[in-house]
Formats: sequence, structure tokens, C-alpha cells
Amino acid sequence: MAIAKVCGIETEYGIVVRGSDLNPTAASSLLINAYIGAINRRITWDFMDETPGNDARGFRLEDAFPPEVETHLVNAVLTNGARYYVDHAHPEISTPECSNALEVVRFDRAAEEIIRASMTAANRMVGPGAEVIVHKNNSDGKGNSYGCHENYLVARTTPFGRLVHQITPHFVTRQVFCGAGKIGSELAGVTSSEVPFQLSQRADFFEEEVGLETTLKRPIVNTRDEPHCDPVKYRRLHVIVGDANLSEVATYLKVGTTAIVLAMIEDDAFDVDLSLAHPVRAIHRVSQDPSLAQVVELRSGTTMTALEVQWEMLRCAQRYADRSGLECVDEDVGRDVLARWERVLEGLESDRARVANWVDWVAKERLINGYAERHGVGPGDTRLRALDLQYHDMRADRGLASRLGFEKLVADADAVSAMTEPPTTTRAYFRGRCLQKWPDEVVAANWDSMVFDVGREPLRRVPMMEPLRGTARHVSSVIDESRTAAELLARLANEER
Amino acid sequence: MAEQEQKRKVIPARSDDAVVDETAPATEQGERIKAELDDLLDEIDEVLESNAEDFVKSYVQKGGQ
Repeated sequence: MAIAKVCGIETEYGIVVRGSDLNPTAASSLLINAYIGAINRRITWDFMDETPGNDARGFRLEDAFPPEVETHLVNAVLTNGARYYVDHAHPEISTPECSNALEVVRFDRAAEEIIRASMTAANRMVGPGAEVIVHKNNSDGKGNSYGCHENYLVARTTPFGRLVHQITPHFVTRQVFCGAGKIGSELAGVTSSEVPFQLSQRADFFEEEVGLETTLKRPIVNTRDEPHCDPVKYRRLHVIVGDANLSEVATYLKVGTTAIVLAMIEDDAFDVDLSLAHPVRAIHRVSQDPSLAQVVELRSGTTMTALEVQWEMLRCAQRYADRSGLECVDEDVGRDVLARWERVLEGLESDRARVANWVDWVAKERLINGYAERHGVGPGDTRLRALDLQYHDMRADRGLASRLGFEKLVADADAVSAMTEPPTTTRAYFRGRCLQKWPDEVVAANWDSMVFDVGREPLRRVPMMEPLRGTARHVSSVIDESRTAAELLARLANEER
Repeated sequence: MAEQEQKRKVIPARSDDAVVDETAPATEQGERIKAELDDLLDEIDEVLESNAEDFVKSYVQKGGQ
């Protein structure tokens, strides 16, 4: 039986400052500091145990480019268990660890609210005439990309080769429902007149099937082996191939379907072989084809459209769910994901407009085409590119996506409470509650530990190597009953005995 | 912490402005979405950045992950 698919999402946002010469790194720092200052709380991230250069294939690539950890930049951990920091000249928010796709949507919505609150706070500091503007997108349309990464807990015993082999067709074809849409092409050798509109923001930037890099020669399957939990039992599959979504249902389907497919791989439950002959070529071709009619080659020699690959995936997942249940992704969420997965494929196949309230690229394409028709504007017009960009604008009064009638899965009040309250069903609960209750005693925190200073030497590190320990069920009463951090640590030590 | 301990189930909570009736016929839903798009197109010139074209031209990001 597959292990619980603990999951989360990390989004790098685009940032510009209008009317000021602040560089993007300084602007990102300002944005985050303004927010932290406004909520008057700052706990430092702890870099111990960060090993982004480790490779899941079992070796370290010394001459590749392991991502740098930029310790001098702003890096904070929030009371909802999330991390808010500057990465590669972008503001980035990692959600706390969540136990299912609906929770991920809730904390991704909370991240958007945090960005909006940050813009408001930052704009009070930049002076008159200047404005900090943040976009939830993955490309500037000029060849520069930044990511929206997903993370999933996978059993270490799952052979990594099988994982790569079976997840790749999903990563190549899931963009039919979770692509965020983009005007033009940023792929070398392909002009924007050949591809006026494509499904994905991000597909143009993928050049390899498997690899460690995240900023150059990006691979469809990233091999960073940095589990942030017990490395003997677990891996964290770090997924860099997705778009940042504005539609909640798109995020829900992206994370929900991927979690189910990973569970199937873990349980060796695939009863069809969908391996692609040329995954990199295929990811470009699928993205560049809004008609969804193009076929991709399978290793078996047959050809299929992206939708046909997705139908096979879905049927396989339905058989798996009937046989094994979906407890590892939350039974109710998993069943709902399967039902919506079917509906989105039906809609894409028969009547695109039916899924315009779920699928970002469909909604964006309709917006752009509607505008072009009404104003008699041809492809390539800058006004259409402006619509594309403003679709992703995080300002409440400017963002176009929020005006397109997307179905909401999370009530506004729940998104707001998730800005400060952690999930209850993962170790993020322990992190968040401790930060709420003892902000002065927690001197540092990271994914798998927290460091307390209770006034006596030495500092005390509390390891959190199990993502599903430290939940409300485990620790809410001990946190409630402890008046001080010292008391909490004493009680935890007693429980260990 | 009672309200936090409730296990979140996927009968999605909806805010008042998200009126999606899943039982509505597809055509009705299609018409609603079309009407919303028309409304947005009606008001888009007010929402669009006044200097949208310059904004797009100057929108350059550093590459990230």
C-alpha cells in the first residue's frame, strides 16, 4: 500500500517595481520584509541539512549546477508553517506540508493573499509614484522562466527508474488541463507566428528527460534528492515541470492526479505502458497544439494524442482506486479528483467552453480571442500580450483571472485563516503552533527541525523527521498545556522515554 | 482548536460569488461563462493598465528555478 502522499507547492512570483530603480532582488526583499514587519514576526530559516546537490540517481554531480542556497537573503518561516523567501531574484512562497490536494489549494490561495498583503505593505514603503507589482506566472515572454514546483512524499523503496519511466507521460500530457496558457513561443527555432498561443507557460524551457538542474537545461523529471525527512524511508519527488495556476481546480487537478499516479507507481499498479519515445519533443508538441489533435509517439511504436494518454492514465487510476482504495491521497479527495479528472477530459474533448471555469489556458485563450475579435486586433499585437500578462497580475483590482468566473474550492475565509493557521494533519502543525505561541524562543526552523532557545545553553534542536508526526492529534494538547517552551521541551522529552 | 481539528472534506466550501451549480445543464453553464466573458470584455479597457503596451515591453524577469 502506497504511503501517504504528503504534498506541497512552491511558487516563484514575477516582480517589478514601477517608478523606482530597485532591482528585483532588493524588491523581493522589500516585499517580504514589509509583510513580516506588518505582522511583526520574524523567525529565521535554518539551513542545516539542506543538500540540494544530492541526486536521486545515487550520485552527486560535481560539474552540474546544483542550485545555490542564498543565505544572505530574506528567509522567513510563517505561523501557517510556510516558508517565505527570496530565491533567484524572485519572491517565493512554499506552502506548508499538506496531506491532500484540497489542502494544497487552500494554502496556495493563502499564499496569494500573503502576496497581496505584502504588496500593500511594500507600497507604503516605496514612496509616492512607485508601485511593487507581483505576477503569478512562469515566464516574462522574453525567454526567462521561473518555477512553480510541487513536492510529493514517495517511499524510498520505489525504484527511481520505474518512477521516471511511468511519471513522465503524465508530466508531458497533464498540461492539457493544468497549463496556464501563453501567447507565443520562447523555444529556439519556433517563432510566435508559428505558435501564436500554447497550453503551457513553462514547456518551452524543458530540454532534458531527467536531471538535477532547475535553472539550466531543465529536466522533465528532476532528480534532486533532498527529502527533508527520514532519508532511509522517504524521498521527496521535486516536480519542476508545472505552471503556476490561477484556477483553483487546475491546481487541485495538477496535484491530485499527480499524487494518485505516484501512488500507483509506488504500488507497481500500472497495467498499461505509456512510455513516450521522445518526451522532450512531446512536451513541446503538446503545449504548442491548442487543437489537442497532434499525436505523440510511444515507445511501443503506436501514436496517441495527449488526451488519449490522459484517458489511459485515468482508466488505470480508476481500476487502481477500485482495487486498492485511495486512502493515501485522502479517500474523499481522491474520489473527487478522479470524477473531475474524467469531467475535464470529457470537456476538453467535446466542448471546450464547458471547462473554461476550470482550465487556465482555455479561459485565457477565450479572453484573448474575445478581445481580438471585438477590437479587430491581429495575433502578435502587444495588447494581447498585455492581456496575457495581466491575467497573472496579483493586484486585486488588476488581475484578469479572478474576473473569469472560475469555480472556487476554498471559501475566502478559509484562505484567510490559512495565512496564519497551519494545516492540522502534518508536522507543519507543530511548526506553526510553536511559532504562534513561542515566537521569542524559536530561534530557527526548517522543514525537518526546529531550534529553541529557552535561556539555558545549549540551543535545543527538535527533529521532525516524520512528516505525519507533530499533527494536531499528536501534539495539540501538549502545546495547549505547556505554558512555556521549556515546559513543552520537557514534556516532549518525557514522551520520548 | 476544535475548528482546526475538523478534517477537511471535499464538499468544497464556496464563497457567495462562486455560483456554480453542477447540476445545471451544460448549455446553461456555457451561457453563464460566455456572459461573464462578455461582461469582462465590456469593462476591460478600465481594468487594463493604461500603458499596457509599455508595461509588456518593459516586463523582463531574471531567470529562476
